[in-house]
Amino acid sequence: MHETSAAPAVVHGPPTTFLSKHVFSLDHKVIGLQYYTLALFAVVVGMVLSWLMRIHLGWTNAAIPGLQALSPNGAPGGVMTPEYYLQLMTMHATIMVFFVLTTAPFAAFGNYFLPIQVGAEDMPFPHFNMMSFWTTFTAFLILVTAFFVPDGPPLAGWTSYAPLSAIGKDAGPGQGTGQVIWAAALGVFCIGQLLGSLNFISTVLDMRTKGMTLSRLPVTCWAWFITSCMGLTAFAVLMPATILLILDHVAGTSFFVPSGLVLNDQLVPHSGGSTLLWQHLFWFFGHPEVYIAIIPGMGIVTHVLITNMRRPMLSMKAILYSMWALAFLSYMVYGHHMFVSGMNPFSSLVFSFPTLMITIPSTVVVLIWIGSLYGSKLRINTASLFALGFISMFVSGGVSGFFLAQPSIDIMLHATYFVVGHFHMVMGVAAMFGIFSGTYFWFPKMTGHMMNETIGRIHFWLTFIGTYCIFMPFHYLGWAGNVRRYAAFTDDFLKPLIPVHQFITIAALFTGAVQLLFLYNLIHSRFRGPAAPANPWEGTSLEWIMPSPPPWNNFGGKDPVVYHDADQYGVKTASGADYIMQNSPEQALATSEGD
Amino acid sequence: MTLKHICLAAAATLAVVTMTAAGPGSGTISGKITYEGTPAKQKPIDMSKEPSCAAKHPTPITTETVVTGPGNTLENVVVYISAGAPDEAAPSTTADFDQKGCQYVPHMLAFQVGQELKIANDDQTSHNIHPLAKINREWNKSQPPGTPPIIDKYDKAEMIHVKCNIHPWMSGTFAVLKNSHYAVSDKDGNFKLPNLPPGKYTVTAWHEPDQEMTQDVVISGGENKTVSFVFKLKPY
Amino acid sequence: MGKLLAVTIIIIAIASAVPFILHTWEPPADISTHGGLIDEQMSDTMIEAGVSFLAAQILLGIFIWQFSKKPSDTGKVKTFPGGAKGLVIAAIVLVGVEVLALGAFGSKAWAAVYFTPPAPDAMPVQVQAGQFAFYFRYPGPDGKFGPIHPEMINEGNQNLFGLDPANDVESRDDIVTAEMAIPVNKEVHLLMHAKDVSHSFYVPALRIHQDFVPGLDLSVHFTATKVGQYEIVCSQLCGLGHYNMRAYLKVLSQQDFDDWLKKQQAAQ
Repeated sequence: MHETSAAPAVVHGPPTTFLSKHVFSLDHKVIGLQYYTLALFAVVVGMVLSWLMRIHLGWTNAAIPGLQALSPNGAPGGVMTPEYYLQLMTMHATIMVFFVLTTAPFAAFGNYFLPIQVGAEDMPFPHFNMMSFWTTFTAFLILVTAFFVPDGPPLAGWTSYAPLSAIGKDAGPGQGTGQVIWAAALGVFCIGQLLGSLNFISTVLDMRTKGMTLSRLPVTCWAWFITSCMGLTAFAVLMPATILLILDHVAGTSFFVPSGLVLNDQLVPHSGGSTLLWQHLFWFFGHPEVYIAIIPGMGIVTHVLITNMRRPMLSMKAILYSMWALAFLSYMVYGHHMFVSGMNPFSSLVFSFPTLMITIPSTVVVLIWIGSLYGSKLRINTASLFALGFISMFVSGGVSGFFLAQPSIDIMLHATYFVVGHFHMVMGVAAMFGIFSGTYFWFPKMTGHMMNETIGRIHFWLTFIGTYCIFMPFHYLGWAGNVRRYAAFTDDFLKPLIPVHQFITIAALFTGAVQLLFLYNLIHSRFRGPAAPANPWEGTSLEWIMPSPPPWNNFGGKDPVVYHDADQYGVKTASGADYIMQNSPEQALATSEGD
Repeated sequence: MTLKHICLAAAATLAVVTMTAAGPGSGTISGKITYEGTPAKQKPIDMSKEPSCAAKHPTPITTETVVTGPGNTLENVVVYISAGAPDEAAPSTTADFDQKGCQYVPHMLAFQVGQELKIANDDQTSHNIHPLAKINREWNKSQPPGTPPIIDKYDKAEMIHVKCNIHPWMSGTFAVLKNSHYAVSDKDGNFKLPNLPPGKYTVTAWHEPDQEMTQDVVISGGENKTVSFVFKLKPY
Repeated sequence: MGKLLAVTIIIIAIASAVPFILHTWEPPADISTHGGLIDEQMSDTMIEAGVSFLAAQILLGIFIWQFSKKPSDTGKVKTFPGGAKGLVIAAIVLVGVEVLALGAFGSKAWAAVYFTPPAPDAMPVQVQAGQFAFYFRYPGPDGKFGPIHPEMINEGNQNLFGLDPANDVESRDDIVTAEMAIPVNKEVHLLMHAKDVSHSFYVPALRIHQDFVPGLDLSVHFTATKVGQYEIVCSQLCGLGHYNMRAYLKVLSQQDFDDWLKKQQAAQ
């Protein structure tokens, strides 16, 4: 591994046909936008599913207009059946975790900006890169077909625990064909991820332009690099797990099904398998996966904040080491999803310690962010609002982890809405805020147009308040013992909680509607927004040296030469600017830091 | 013509018409189903997990896998013509199956191939009806309270065990039959198969889960033939 | 707008904390002998988490308020006193060490449930979880549970455990019930069996939560200290009827329990 390397002269030629320009493009920027569009479509689908779920939970036996047309079996007379609720829930989670949270912050923004930020013309394997998008897109199509098979999608949750997920259609509607489709879609998704991670890692290691040492890389590049290392290892475990699951369905194997099970008064024809094996395989992937979902967002937030605070972070090293620590520890904590699963209770204590320790790097990052705000010249715009919102959400979502990390407390909170609140705050909100922040920040660069700042701010305010109204009450429900994944609340101790659910539903529908503002802003600004300058935010990293939008070969055939890291903010320069771009040979006269 | 002649002619016409309506010499097979041996003990069903259903049964209902009466009679046996009668098109009436108080009413529902089956949910809870068909298409559907009846039909003859996926104690049977000559024995074990044209018939009596007895009966005219079946029952 | 954000963050943080401080939604009162340790753990953690939460949000708010750029602001950027080092140490000491300590103390509560064996005279009860109901079995006068024959399970005639009393002597006096009754202040050893897929046994009031694992026969033990009726609910997604899978737990005086058991035996 060498510190600097010259990028090859031309990675691929300019696109000539419509197809090679917009469809089967080798250009990392187009691929990044394709991923973004996929994630945008997926998030709309995922959100609509969540609205249906929430309406049903608040008003269980009410007929939802139009639902019967969508699924006569799933909603006879418009009333959602319990299995349809679970099926929508499974698809909601699967679509959101994989096609939104793994795709947008990592594949979309990473593909677009990683090569640019390291000063390269493209990634080293553009064909693999193109294949990674189309594979991911294919995975999405495969997943969506589950809605259209006779018995519908699987109902076992995105976690798909065995034996429910392995026995087949006797275990429930959708557990036959739908479950196999789900597993196949995920297996294909893994392939796309592996191809993408390959490119990301080799871009960082081999494609950095002259002067771009590893220590000068912007924090976003490190975040994407760490995430792709995790992606390689985590998805490499999910893929065989899905294959084993499919084999249990179609090849008569029993990896996950022991003997002696009875369904419908008949012996299930499997024997020799282990129920817990699925959980170990899944969570060994699943826990790193949630850090794959958040670390790019942390990188984006750090990047956006530095630019908008006009000063570097108090310690970039602390942030980087913390991100590495999060990645490393994430593999050691997975058993905290299994505290009461029936594994050896001593293992539960063992897993709880790295889980508690992971609070340390998380807290370091949060405190560095907050501490860096001190004495800064914080610019408020939509991108920085969402970045600041991310911090608030990450704190909220993170502290519920203090409870869930302890097995003794998990006895009360396992599988309750407390867990659902926890992961929605960190993933459903914080990670989404990272995506929003990145969008508002980089939209001008990607499209050449500025987004409407007023609409952006309204979007932020209503979403910030709305998501707190939705997800904070989840914690109260969980604290009271409200079990999760229930299609209806018929138990005596749950009935009094239904009004809370109704409040949440109204907040969710309202906040969902607010996202239309974002969609409008995206589309309208793309075509009618005012022209964007090359560097609207006065940023230092290499994406800001190119025109908005960039040409097909990024730097116009001339590799940039880098003299600084990306933290040259709050400096005194001869020109009077308070920042120096990475490719500028100018040296700071002094830092502007005082005490 | 005198009045006497008119009356005689009218009476003769009436007699012919009546006999033609009943079919030229159509007979009836009827009888009683009884058992010998010890039937399996029927146990009370505790519906405490579903209070809205438990409330409908101040005295808990019992299982209905073997329903007996005084004199060793057996209820819920479906008796039908399994050979000797042609297959018939389904009638236009529906076969009604009710979920009431978390119980299937009737426990044994006999109807024809192609006949419309109508399943209603009278309870405040969702049910998930699951007919475990092996020859026909197996399906299960949830039916939330207040939603319209489920309408379906079967296109092959089969004895189908029906269960509810949500309430494990609910149990019933669909007897899907090829013609209209069937009956289900009542609480006194009695059954009646009327309107049988002259011919040689095989009568089958079927009791859940899989006990079957047959007898051959010849109908030559408008007589009523009595047939009895004695099932051998074991306690386990 | 920075000031508005600061105020909003602080208001939201305080508003979020209020229901916890006021105990608006609480777990049901503890009726177990081991639950006190769990409850103590929960409230200690609530204080730690609550303080961390409020401190972080309020500090965030204060800094946004103070340092959102005003147009007239041309001064130098300032550094947080102590710089990064102080913050890293704060993270490790104030949060890391605290939560690790919580975890260490919490292991006592965990051990009380999982590392202590059941008392030799604990009353054995078996619970079977299957789509979508819990059924219970008491061993009867012989104190032994007859073997389970899965192929003989027949829900239609209530042979829920697949017992074969014709051939298995120990099964003949087994008492199978749809609700669980236990005598108050007597330790119960609950043997857990999964009939089909994964389920979970969750009784919030009893501070007990344990998954059923098909293929693994697990057990928990506990003592209930208060007479009353409680709900046992399934908390591991097991299929379409998961929401409806519950049974009632009745904690009775010894006399009432004996009467109940007699009545159940008569109904076998």
